[in-house]
Amino acid sequence: MIKVENLCKHFGAKIAVNDVSFSVERGEVLGFLGPNGAGKSTTMRMITGYYPPTSGRVTVGGFDIMEKPIEAKRLIGYLPENAPGYADMTVRGFLSFAAELRGLHGDARKKAVNHAVEMCSLENVLHQTIDTLSKGYKHRTCLAQSLVHDPEVLIMDEPTDGLDPNQKHEVRGLIRRMAATKAIIFSTHILEEVEETCSRAIIIDRGTIVANGTPAELKARSELAGAVHVQTAGVASAALIENLNQVPGVVRTEVVTDANGRVEARAYPDKSNANLNLTRAIAELAAQQHWQLDEIHTETGKLDEVFRAITLPDTVKAH
Amino acid sequence: MNSWNNIKTITKRELGGYFTSPIAYVFLIIFLLLTGFFTFTIGNFFERGEASLVSFFTWHPWLYLFLVPAVGMRLWSEERRLGTMELLLTMPLTTWQAIVGKFLASWLFLALALALTFPVWITVNWLGAPDNGIIAAGYVGSLFLAGSYLAISCMTSALTRNQVISFILSVVICLFFILAGYTPVTDLLTRFASPVVVDIIASFSVMTHFEGFQRGVIDLRDFLFFASVIGFALFTTGVIIRSQRAG
Repeated sequence: MIKVENLCKHFGAKIAVNDVSFSVERGEVLGFLGPNGAGKSTTMRMITGYYPPTSGRVTVGGFDIMEKPIEAKRLIGYLPENAPGYADMTVRGFLSFAAELRGLHGDARKKAVNHAVEMCSLENVLHQTIDTLSKGYKHRTCLAQSLVHDPEVLIMDEPTDGLDPNQKHEVRGLIRRMAATKAIIFSTHILEEVEETCSRAIIIDRGTIVANGTPAELKARSELAGAVHVQTAGVASAALIENLNQVPGVVRTEVVTDANGRVEARAYPDKSNANLNLTRAIAELAAQQHWQLDEIHTETGKLDEVFRAITLPDTVKAH
Repeated sequence: MNSWNNIKTITKRELGGYFTSPIAYVFLIIFLLLTGFFTFTIGNFFERGEASLVSFFTWHPWLYLFLVPAVGMRLWSEERRLGTMELLLTMPLTTWQAIVGKFLASWLFLALALALTFPVWITVNWLGAPDNGIIAAGYVGSLFLAGSYLAISCMTSALTRNQVISFILSVVICLFFILAGYTPVTDLLTRFASPVVVDIIASFSVMTHFEGFQRGVIDLRDFLFFASVIGFALFTTGVIIRSQRAG
């Protein structure tokens, strides 16, 4: 549905987006990650046709956004950053206006507005003007605007920004429910959001894509991924480490905590050996040594660790 | 057909925006008070002893100088300040439709303000027997004059998110369009330049072209002048909006 090819955007001498390519199909939810100023919003603005790209091409549903803007924009629902809205309009008026620009009139418009109101739980504020709304309601009003014509492509710039935890949860649920029938791109700073809702994630830094994969694939790039975490009681940490180090395939060990006779330790595997089952080997070792094993699990890696490792400038990473 | 629907939707929203805030009412009251004041007090409507609205229309270029930019200054700067410009321009409509829709809304609003001056027309008809054809021409001219100022305000408001800057810029540009043909200024210019040059400069002025309408002469050239000022200013608005996004 969405195809982005070699997209570049320059603002004067500053290169905001540099050679970004990806595509999103119906049924996919693409999470857009990156530090502030990485080029997430600029990319989204180019996809929605707000900024013309310096070079490169965006097609939505087969329509080039620069050459056939009207046809392409018809397919898109867009929630811009900071969820703007006309301050002096009521929520209902604003949604009706959006629906009308989407070509909905009469009963069809009424139905579409009511449906969007229901999806975003705006019943209580329908007749309030937008400048009197709380941040959460304002955000959901703008979200409703992007959904009013039931678009095939949904592009959301930080859809959960400024919402309380319950509202965040609701919006994520909404995104997941819509995922089956739409192609969705959303940007966020919240990494667990990506794990929870996205089928794929892209990390963008200083205008270029630095990682692209499923959340699980990205997490696997974490140093922690595949490490075996054990918690024991009644074993000295030195003895534990010494034994762990002798397990074949362990390249490095560390003590996580050591207090009140309980020791938590981690053993890092040799990642080049794909057949290695370190957890089983360590469990067998524990049985052999008659350790009191309270907990053992394999780490899946942490997305924020991957994120930091990829996006921090090299000078900062050294510390 | 579709593009007309889009323009209508934008116009409706924009016009509604004037009336949901106090702006519309404040403007209408001040406009009516000032037209009354200029016509009857400064313009010596009664002392003139003639059944015409000359003292009413004469002041319009000066009155509009401050009032029209006040109506037009928010058109685009408000969109930029609120961030709704991004919303509007990612809707399936052309920038041109949005510009025309917004312009029409404000122009209709000014037409309403002008229409509400009807008591002046009733007064002059009650007191004497004026040539209503001349008065009609005056109203048409005044509407086009307001439209030209408005298109200029529309252009300056696309330049900045600050409404005050937008207001001042359009006042200055409109003032130029007045002064180029204002008699004291043209008299001064004849001392330095040949009459041909002065005529060319004066032909750029709204004063020169509004004068015909006031005398009841509807000249195609005067129409073309106002229409081309409006067309050019709106076209420039489009160029400004496009270039801001191009980065």
